Amino acid sequence: MNANAENRNGLLRVSDLRTYLDVPSGVIKAVDGVSLEVNRKEAVALVGESGSGKSMTALTIIRLQPVVARILSGEILLNDVDLLTLDTASMCDLRGTEIAMVFQDPMTYLNPVMRAGAQVAEVVLEHQEVSKGEARSQVLDAFERVGIPSPQRVYDSYPHQLSGGMRQRVLIAMAISCRPSLLIADEPTTALDVTIQAQIMDLLAHLREELQNALFLITHDIGLVAEHCDRIYIMYAGQIVEHADTFTLFAEPKHPYTEGLLRSTLSPDKRVEVFETIEGQVPNPTDMPSGCRFHPRCPHVKDVCREESPPSLDLGEGRMVACWLYE
Amino acid sequence: MAGDYPLLRYSVRRILQAVPLVFWVIIINFTIIHLAPGDPAIYLASVTEATPEAYAELRKEFGLDKPLYVQMGIYLWKLLHLDLGYSTWHNSPVLGVIIDRLPATMLLMATAFSIASLMGVVLGVIASRYSYSVGDHLATLASLAGYSMPIFWLGQLLILFFALYLDWLPSQGMYSMRGVEPGWPAVLDVLKHLLLPAITYATYHMTLVFRITRGKMQETLAQDFILTAKSKGLNERRVLYRHALRNALLPVVTVIGINFAYVMAGSVFTETVFGWPGMGRLIFESITARDYPMILGIFLVVSMMIMLANLITDILYALIDPRVAYN
Repeated sequence: MNANAENRNGLLRVSDLRTYLDVPSGVIKAVDGVSLEVNRKEAVALVGESGSGKSMTALTIIRLQPVVARILSGEILLNDVDLLTLDTASMCDLRGTEIAMVFQDPMTYLNPVMRAGAQVAEVVLEHQEVSKGEARSQVLDAFERVGIPSPQRVYDSYPHQLSGGMRQRVLIAMAISCRPSLLIADEPTTALDVTIQAQIMDLLAHLREELQNALFLITHDIGLVAEHCDRIYIMYAGQIVEHADTFTLFAEPKHPYTEGLLRSTLSPDKRVEVFETIEGQVPNPTDMPSGCRFHPRCPHVKDVCREESPPSLDLGEGRMVACWLYE
Repeated sequence: MAGDYPLLRYSVRRILQAVPLVFWVIIINFTIIHLAPGDPAIYLASVTEATPEAYAELRKEFGLDKPLYVQMGIYLWKLLHLDLGYSTWHNSPVLGVIIDRLPATMLLMATAFSIASLMGVVLGVIASRYSYSVGDHLATLASLAGYSMPIFWLGQLLILFFALYLDWLPSQGMYSMRGVEPGWPAVLDVLKHLLLPAITYATYHMTLVFRITRGKMQETLAQDFILTAKSKGLNERRVLYRHALRNALLPVVTVIGINFAYVMAGSVFTETVFGWPGMGRLIFESITARDYPMILGIFLVVSMMIMLANLITDILYALIDPRVAYN
């Protein structure tokens, strides 16, 4: 079967990616055989708890994984080019222009000693043959696009003079300034006030409509995803455990972990006396459980789950689940 | 917002704060010197084997027979008229002697200081880039040795090796005794004399700057905004110098500024070992001769230079980190 012919809309295709971290206490299998796809103009979410390896997946895609990380296997195809085979200079050319990233905490992800505008203009000047004046006007455009009320003032401000929401808008402006085809947003709202969170998510959705970029959203908050994403990958302990389109996933989750995640989100429709949680904790990353990594916390655990890791089952229509219950 | 010109307001405030400081420095210098046993009259009387009458005459001539507060009042009054007094040992105005000696010290220290600061910073950045490599470990070890070595000992080792054993460079003074043609040969002659004392002083300063730069750079490179800079597609050199270094520079500038205070102390050793005709040797000679006006004059000049260095450091601080001026 020819993958390209099958999906002409394919933008990012990650297959069997393994990123292991060498730490003093052993090896952390942060990303362990992850495969996923993002199509052009699509919004896809990668959902998982802290420590599930979702951020490491994103960092590996843009090849900014920490120095202690080793990529053992896998392919990261962006427009059919394997990013893992590119030299550093070509990778630098792609960053900011084809793939851009928005990070979690706007307080620490901006350079404190550079003016906000200059930090954004730097991307434009790095990737385009333009004058400083032209770069400035492009940045002011981008600022307006991300809803910064007084672009001129923010341009000349230092990060410490701006609010958290405003800084995140600056970071988003930075990411979209060269109109990348893929925008990776790693927990873009986690560090923000709840009221600002909704604004930022709406902004990302609005920008996607305007700029026609694909959005790869990484979050621990499955509730956040429902409104804004087409498809969802659920990640647990370094592996993808379920994949479906958003509607199906919410309507009939297959994997016990997904069920647990959905049950533990609050909804105004249901009155709850006790807040539901998933029993147990995320496993120790240097000492993963045998078999299915979720089995110590799983309410439906069977003998086979303890022995062998479950296969990734194709349920048709793009649905995937890695669980022995459906074998 | 803290006004329109926060940096200017900050600088003016720092300069105004320095004025009363000068006054206190003069008072303290004056008191300390008179607390030390002996006085210029005793010294002169002893070297000239003078009679008690001649000694009393000297005391009267130098004004040492008046009460201390009167002496201080006279000194301050003269200072207001830019009169630093008359050297008891050199038998000429203090200001003239200092102006005579200052250029030699300035040449030696400016050379050593600027080369050492620049090289220390550049080597520190490179070491941080290759942290924990073999080269980095060797550099750290070498810097520890350079930092721990007493200046006068290193100076004598260099003289033994380069001047006496290899006979490549002169060991003493600033000019050749035989005299050389004016123009380029004269410049070259001074440079040859400059090399060893400059290296001697620069070694200590450079290793200190190197160690601080390396450590702070390592810390800075682990920060979040470095990831942002990389995700923009900037190449490594830009990330290192434009983003990391500027943030790491603050403690480096502090060390360079504080070190300036030790420049003078260092110059006493270096100039004595190499027979360099500068301020350092003048301090040594004047203290031996209890030459009150000379010592006070030198202390005043040195104190003011140190205050100037601190002022420049503070202003550089605000230039490097905008948060300093705004707070």
